[in-house]
Amino acid sequence: MIVVEAKSFAQVAAMTSDCRRLLVAACAGCTAVCGVGGERQAEELADALRLHARLRGKVLETEVRGVTRQCEPEFVAEFAPAMGRAEAVLTLGCGVGAQFLAERYPNVPVLPGVNTRFAGGLTAPGVWEERCRLCGDCVLHLTGGICPRTRCAKGIMNGPCGGAAGGFCEVGGGSPCAWLLIWERLERLGRAGVLDEIGPPPDWSDAQAGPRRSGKGGGAE
Amino acid sequence: MRGVSGLARLLGAGHFVVTCEVGPPKGVNVDGLTEKAALLKSFVDAANVTDCQTAVVRLSSIAACVHLAAMGLEPVVQMTARDRNRIAVQSDLLGAYSLGIRNVLCLTGDHQKFGNHPGAKGVFDLDSVQMVEMVRRLGAPGEFQCGEPVCGEPPVFFVGAVENPCAEPLELRVRRLEKKIRAGARFVQTQCVYDLDRFRHFMGLVRARGLHEHAHILAGVTPLKSVRMARFMRDAVAGVYVPDEVVARIEAAADPAAEGVAMCVEQIAALREIEGVAGVHIMAVAWEAIVPEIVRRAGLYPRPADDEPKDRNR
Ligand code: SF4
Ligand code: SF4
Repeated sequence: MIVVEAKSFAQVAAMTSDCRRLLVAACAGCTAVCGVGGERQAEELADALRLHARLRGKVLETEVRGVTRQCEPEFVAEFAPAMGRAEAVLTLGCGVGAQFLAERYPNVPVLPGVNTRFAGGLTAPGVWEERCRLCGDCVLHLTGGICPRTRCAKGIMNGPCGGAAGGFCEVGGGSPCAWLLIWERLERLGRAGVLDEIGPPPDWSDAQAGPRRSGKGGGAE
Repeated sequence: MRGVSGLARLLGAGHFVVTCEVGPPKGVNVDGLTEKAALLKSFVDAANVTDCQTAVVRLSSIAACVHLAAMGLEPVVQMTARDRNRIAVQSDLLGAYSLGIRNVLCLTGDHQKFGNHPGAKGVFDLDSVQMVEMVRRLGAPGEFQCGEPVCGEPPVFFVGAVENPCAEPLELRVRRLEKKIRAGARFVQTQCVYDLDRFRHFMGLVRARGLHEHAHILAGVTPLKSVRMARFMRDAVAGVYVPDEVVARIEAAADPAAEGVAMCVEQIAALREIEGVAGVHIMAVAWEAIVPEIVRRAGLYPRPADDEPKDRNR
């Protein structure tokens, strides 16, 4: 799923400081699962922003609305009545949701309430870890199901580099060296021979050519 | 006549070669660089010029190589995958060749996080193995990575790579080295060796696969200058393995720098005895001035003459 983090309250307060009628748009998708963008968090944030405004002698009206997914037009349409009343919208959806809002409601400023971080999964209670960089050219079949583009700090295909020490990546952060994990897993599978082939350079031609598009069921020929 | 790598010629002739490392200045004044070249040129067969080592901005490696060559020192240009995509690597190497540089060492490179611009975008478009293959193909069959032919004379570099002989798992290191050699590496400079037993074991695995017959392996050494440096190398330098006994020896010495030099000379003597080691690569980080003494005391002076014309700047 898409992992997001809340922006600091100070940032959000600064962003919304000249607004008098604010819509806080929640999303029940990934960002709600992250404990950041659901309706409850939106209510809490709206309360805090109103209080903050009051303490500064200002008046802020807020309205909270949530939809199932901000990344789909039919759900985004549900915001229409509330949008009509708002001066600006603070969205707790991911960057995709925020852009869908901006597209559909061209006259309402869209303010991001979260930082959209990465595609990841839960690795410990309350901890999400990045597992895919969405490169569009998946090599997991060559790497034992462990993604080097994401989990190796250098994203290299023929690791480990010279810096791995004690099983950990030289770049730190307590991450295991992805290439040692790949090696161990391929050994266990009896497929370490795969590593004797030169891993191919990545093909970025699709990933860096503007927004990618895909039809239902994917488009790989 | 085409310019050919002097380093390749010496190794091909079976000489036990000595290379060293030179760090370019953090600015545009090359006086220090030319001083180092004057000091080193009769004691080493070639000098690597580091490429923004530890991700700190320095004078470009190619430019520094040209200065060294002008002083009569054979340069090895280091090229990291950290800073250049495949277009820039190939372009820079065409430039380097046109300026007479014939040796290139392909490295993945230290992560930008360690340097003086930690917020920079690391490129890592290719890794070192892919880069070795690309550079080999530039020379033969003379084509770019995309498959298009290079116009005119292909740049035939003497291509090098690095390996870390003391990092676990050893077997994986050897397999990776084999891959680099198959990709086209003709010389290999190793990370610095302080644990000779581990290194002997590594070389045993290298010989078992016959790798030393396809590439010249130069063992890396770094003289320890002080107790602080010994501890730093042991504790903080990614990829370097320094046994506690080595640190203890420096700690116990009345003159740590002299002890470090003595130890380095002993290491070279031991390395010369190991079958398949074709030379030593002295990485005297910020202590290049000690290299002549080490080379002399290791019995590696004078260096063999390389009389063949290099015809660099045709
Ligand atoms: S290779 Fe890695 S980044 Fe690319 S699609 Fe596969 S998992 Fe994602
Ligand atoms: S230590 Fe391992 S994970 Fe880290 S950059 Fe090197 S190869 Fe990649």
